[in-house]
Amino acid sequence: MNSNYKFTVNGRPVEVTGRPMARLLDVVRRDLGLTGTKEGCGEGECGACTVLLNGAPVCSCLVPLFQVEGALVTTVEGISPSDQVSELQRVFATEGGVQCGACTPAMIVTIRALLDRHPKPTRDQVREYVSGTLCRCTGYERIFRAIEVFTGQRKAEGVSETAVDEGPPP
Amino acid sequence: MTRAFSPKTLAEAQESLARGATKVAGATDLMVADHASGREHAWVLNVMGIAELQGIRVDEIGLNIGAASTFAEIRRSKDVALHALALIEAAATIGAAQIQNRATIGGNIANASPAGDSLPALLALDAQIMLAGPQGRRTVPYETFHIRYHKTVLEAEELIERVVIPLPAPKVQAFRKVGTRAAQAISKVVIGLSASRRGDLLRNVRLAMGGVAEIPIRLRQVEAIIESEPLSRELADAAAAVVENTISPIDDVRSTASYRRHVAGQVVRRVLLDLLRGF
Repeated sequence: MNSNYKFTVNGRPVEVTGRPMARLLDVVRRDLGLTGTKEGCGEGECGACTVLLNGAPVCSCLVPLFQVEGALVTTVEGISPSDQVSELQRVFATEGGVQCGACTPAMIVTIRALLDRHPKPTRDQVREYVSGTLCRCTGYERIFRAIEVFTGQRKAEGVSETAVDEGPPP
Repeated sequence: MTRAFSPKTLAEAQESLARGATKVAGATDLMVADHASGREHAWVLNVMGIAELQGIRVDEIGLNIGAASTFAEIRRSKDVALHALALIEAAATIGAAQIQNRATIGGNIANASPAGDSLPALLALDAQIMLAGPQGRRTVPYETFHIRYHKTVLEAEELIERVVIPLPAPKVQAFRKVGTRAAQAISKVVIGLSASRRGDLLRNVRLAMGGVAEIPIRLRQVEAIIESEPLSRELADAAAAVVENTISPIDDVRSTASYRRHVAGQVVRRVLLDLLRGF
């Protein structure tokens, strides 16, 4: 039986009509049109669908809609104000932390949660947080670099000034 | 057509339990199974908001952990760190942050997977499971909770309310997990050990293992060997040999019986050698 559920997504109150056991992943992508969150394995192993639930990273493929009633959900779209990329996202691009991009929305929200708890995380803390999200491109080294550049623990090296897409070349 | 219920108290939960509602905690196993099978539940009961299942405290009955405590909460608890280090280590190996923020200790117990990560730690620490049902409460030693593969003493109308670890907890505690990789992987073999120490002798040894039988088991023969003489390299080797000869693991998608048999013995050996180094 469909029911109405009220919760907050990226600071905005929403009301969704759906099955109680609908996956938060599908609600976010289909009902709310927030397609930044990706589906990977669909069984909680790859972390690609990570969103923040009351500030904590969770696999949205494993969260039933009826348990989200009253909660705060943050997706990658909620990380930056308006349509701008946030500084964290920009550094991910310029330091090579983004390659194919499939894991990036999950990485960004997870690292946001990490930095909220530990503004200057140790490498071990970073490793532990990102270990729940599979990245097959970067070998994680570029991701570590991007985070450490962002937190001021390391100098920017940069891979490409044009990594942040400004539109088609002239 | 699923009907959902999110009660705030055990009393409010009774109606949906009587209707045979599926209990939903962190849902990290349930959602995977539901999505794979396409099954629909008639009633679902969200246990995460039930007041009696919340919080971690030390009280007159022991280290008293609400069944709805997530593994992230358990990892952060100073009380658990002080008394049940083996459980902290188990919590830290479960999935990764995304799973630990959702998965609960009550769910891990009720799901009754032979490879459940926290289960050997609870068995080693002699946990007592408080169940609440229509007839009231009852306490079951965790050791008797699992009956056979995925079958437990928990009745359909009962909930796991609290998990209690008697205090004082054993001074010597150890936990090890062997999986395909450090994060996320489901265990091939998982081990919990507790003991007290008198000189070089380990006493009151409880050695528990998951992934090697249809339910988490204690290895009493091995416990007896470990208690039989002062801890030494030779004793660790002997214990490992008995482990390999007593367990009957199976081949499945995650591992083979012969690998599990070998690695279980070696992990016990290493746990004992690590303890010896600390003596």
